[in-house]
Amino acid sequence: MTDKTGRLFEGADWDFHTLQRIHDACEAVAKKELGLDVYPNQIEVITAEQMLDAYSSVGMPLFYKHWSFGKHFAFHEASYRKGLMGLAYEIVINSSPCISYLMEENTATMQTLVIAHAAFGHNHFFKSNYLFKQWTDADGILDYLDFAKTYVSQCEARYGRVEVERTLDAAHALMSHGIDRYPGKKNIDLRAEEKRAGRRRQHEEEVFNDLWRTVPKGAAKSRSVLSIERRRKLLGLPQENLLYFLEKSAPRLAPWQRELLRIVRHIAQYFYPQSQTKVMNEGTATYVHYRIMSTLHKQGRITDGNFLEFLQSHTNVVFQPEFDDPRFSGFNPYALGFAMMQDIERIATNPEAEDREWFPDIAGKGDPMGVLRDVWANYRDESFIGQFLSPRLMRHLRMFHLHDDPEERAGIRVDAIHDERGFRRVRRELARQHDVGFIDANIEVVDVDLAGDRRLILHHHVIKGSQLNETDAKRVLQHLADLWTYDVSLIEVDANDKVLREYVVSPRPIPAAA
Amino acid sequence: MAHIIDRRLNPGGKSLENRQRFLRRAKSLVQGAVKKTSQERDIKDVLEGGEVTIPLDGMHEPRFRREGGTRDMVLPGNKKFIEGDYLQRSGQGGAKDSGPGEGDSEDAFRFVLSRDEFVDLFLDDLELPDLAKRKITQTESEGLQRAGYTTSGSPANISVGRTVRLALARRIALRRPRKSEMDELEARIAECTDEDERAALVAELERLKAKSKRIPFIDPLDIRYRRFETVPKPVAQAVMFCLMDVSGSMSEHMKDLAKRFYMLLYVFLKRRYKHVEIVFIRHTDRAEEVDEQTFFYGPASGGTLVSSALQAMHEIVRERFNPSDWNIYAAQASDGDNSYSDGELAGMLLTDKILPVCQFFAYLEVGESGGSAFDLSDSSLWTLYERLRNSGAPLSMRKVSERGEIFPVFHDLFQRRENQEKAAP
Repeated sequence: MTDKTGRLFEGADWDFHTLQRIHDACEAVAKKELGLDVYPNQIEVITAEQMLDAYSSVGMPLFYKHWSFGKHFAFHEASYRKGLMGLAYEIVINSSPCISYLMEENTATMQTLVIAHAAFGHNHFFKSNYLFKQWTDADGILDYLDFAKTYVSQCEARYGRVEVERTLDAAHALMSHGIDRYPGKKNIDLRAEEKRAGRRRQHEEEVFNDLWRTVPKGAAKSRSVLSIERRRKLLGLPQENLLYFLEKSAPRLAPWQRELLRIVRHIAQYFYPQSQTKVMNEGTATYVHYRIMSTLHKQGRITDGNFLEFLQSHTNVVFQPEFDDPRFSGFNPYALGFAMMQDIERIATNPEAEDREWFPDIAGKGDPMGVLRDVWANYRDESFIGQFLSPRLMRHLRMFHLHDDPEERAGIRVDAIHDERGFRRVRRELARQHDVGFIDANIEVVDVDLAGDRRLILHHHVIKGSQLNETDAKRVLQHLADLWTYDVSLIEVDANDKVLREYVVSPRPIPAAA
Repeated sequence: MAHIIDRRLNPGGKSLENRQRFLRRAKSLVQGAVKKTSQERDIKDVLEGGEVTIPLDGMHEPRFRREGGTRDMVLPGNKKFIEGDYLQRSGQGGAKDSGPGEGDSEDAFRFVLSRDEFVDLFLDDLELPDLAKRKITQTESEGLQRAGYTTSGSPANISVGRTVRLALARRIALRRPRKSEMDELEARIAECTDEDERAALVAELERLKAKSKRIPFIDPLDIRYRRFETVPKPVAQAVMFCLMDVSGSMSEHMKDLAKRFYMLLYVFLKRRYKHVEIVFIRHTDRAEEVDEQTFFYGPASGGTLVSSALQAMHEIVRERFNPSDWNIYAAQASDGDNSYSDGELAGMLLTDKILPVCQFFAYLEVGESGGSAFDLSDSSLWTLYERLRNSGAPLSMRKVSERGEIFPVFHDLFQRRENQEKAAP
């Protein structure tokens, strides 16, 4: 369908043939020139309203029903209507096939940009990065979400919406602490997971016999037999995955409640790699779309005008305001990731003496795409910045490190700047700020007082004197206690095991229905 | 190879259910917010739905959050600092506090309610007094509604799609030979030179032909008709009389109050009835029926004779609204002044003619803003109505002097009451 000029499209209009043509052109560049490896693509054109819908259920095409998604929808819609917020140009889902949503309002140039960005950049990153390989099951996620949706609605029909909502509310509050941070023995296989859930339920139903409930159990073994160490080991303590712990060990949860916790936990885990790779993920997608668009322009497949339109969107995306700019709100992951990847390309092809000293492995190695593909596959934000932020880029962005100690009267101290003495410290500090393990509060279950009142004991290891927000902590603990059904205490301890604060929360009485 | 799918025609509003859940959960909060918002805005705007702000407190989703302690940050854009410098905490060039959108900035939450949601929430706990009108069930019309498929019916109602679908299923199940198969056979017979093979082919063709005769393309068994059911549709109709005093003593402010009240009443009735008629009657010392525009904005002035309006209403009811077919409501707004001599006549009209046919009669006494003199003594009308109410008439009365009071008063008048006096069956 291409005309004589070989252009993909003229002007701003597009139709479905154009999209197909754009996709094929992008694919050719992505595969031949950049050597990307992607899941099959599925491109879906949606309206603004559907985009809002997708937003509010964490970008997923299907999700269980819950009021908090309605809240987010109302919130997004209000700010969108008031013009406070533009809609994202695209949403892309880490699944196989990789689904990219395109908005119908986009111009042809924007559609090209979005396809290059999402359907090739993000898609390649999802498929090749080790965290995603380790933690997500792209083939299974959509089926699993479908299962989750059906399961939740079945539970609502059987046990009542209020009950299900209580459990989900509690699970959501603990969601950020429902993650395994270190890879376990098994690969995630959500389809098998779903089947197992089905079999579990079926088994429970088949063997359920109310009579057994009344059969007297043998004399309990003396509790003292279980030494503390052994008990902790049996319970898998210390355990930082609170949802997992509750699912396995909370004494009075109904089987369906455990299943709900499990669902929330699996979904949290699915999103965990995304939170650790924001800079890399967006950087990759931005780098890829930039390369693809430039190539298409060079090949004469898009006009100068289209390319200028693209450049304008591109520069908006990678704009990094300085710290004293009113628009500043931290580092823009698009800008930082893109700049670093361009920098890596430069170091690989055209290094300076400084680069040879800092990056002996890649400096002057040539084959920038090979280097980048390797980086994309094997790093996350923290290690990526820690490894590849170059002095030149730090100088260029004029980075500096501030240390704010509330005790310090004189003010906030400038700890390091972009000079010889500061490079490594600035880089280390920036890397640390992108370490999820460092950003999230470090909370773990340390013990259960089995012999006594079954109180659950948690520790929060306070880092740099930063304690939990009291109001929120109490509310989350309330949810936790409701699931545990006995008292819960959270102790905040500093590095020297000094107790800073202790919360004790008792469960709310369970309504008669439970 | 990419799949490109057009999802634009997919039903939108996937979030509708979630949104409803959210509203249900936040109902009391939203209801409060709706009432508060509606006091501050024009009625017209209010009924357009719109944005309300509710405290997030009840809807907050807690997470473990860290705060305080020493903080380290790396920032871009250093222009002049060198290592070891100190920045003033609140001064220029210092680092900003935690990013926007975090922490306490979320304590109020604004969102947009659709018109229906808004009015529903607003009117939720309201009810028309004596909604069960004596004669409602008599005026019913019948409507048609689709009700699946049937095996018998009139030819006009044949469902082609359904019929063909069944026929296709039957043909596949019984292995009816396809036309293409027979065409192919015929072609082979035409080409065939070997006599034996030809005979076999002809026999086969005959068999297929016989089979396709036995198994028709469409069998009477396949035919389906669309089925319709008649459903009774109750028609309830209501008429509302707006009686307003426009004599010289009514200020713009008072008219504004009255107007707000009528608008609310109108919307309220509209919710409850399929057909609502409104009759506008304004009066000075004589009454006339006018259109809406004149009613609210037309200049008029003169003395006051309340009975004139009541008389007019009575005549209109007699002419156009048979009380056995219509639910009749009336709302009267006045500053309470009436000619001394008129009181008795008005009372008589009300007791004998108006109140017996009315479902409900609301009297709204409007006062000047600030309205301190308002409370001093009851006006002549107020006294009259009070007397009537005490004798058991379906009558409510309230005094209003501020815009913001309209909604609470309206609410008061139409609050769902447990022991509502029922009209005689």
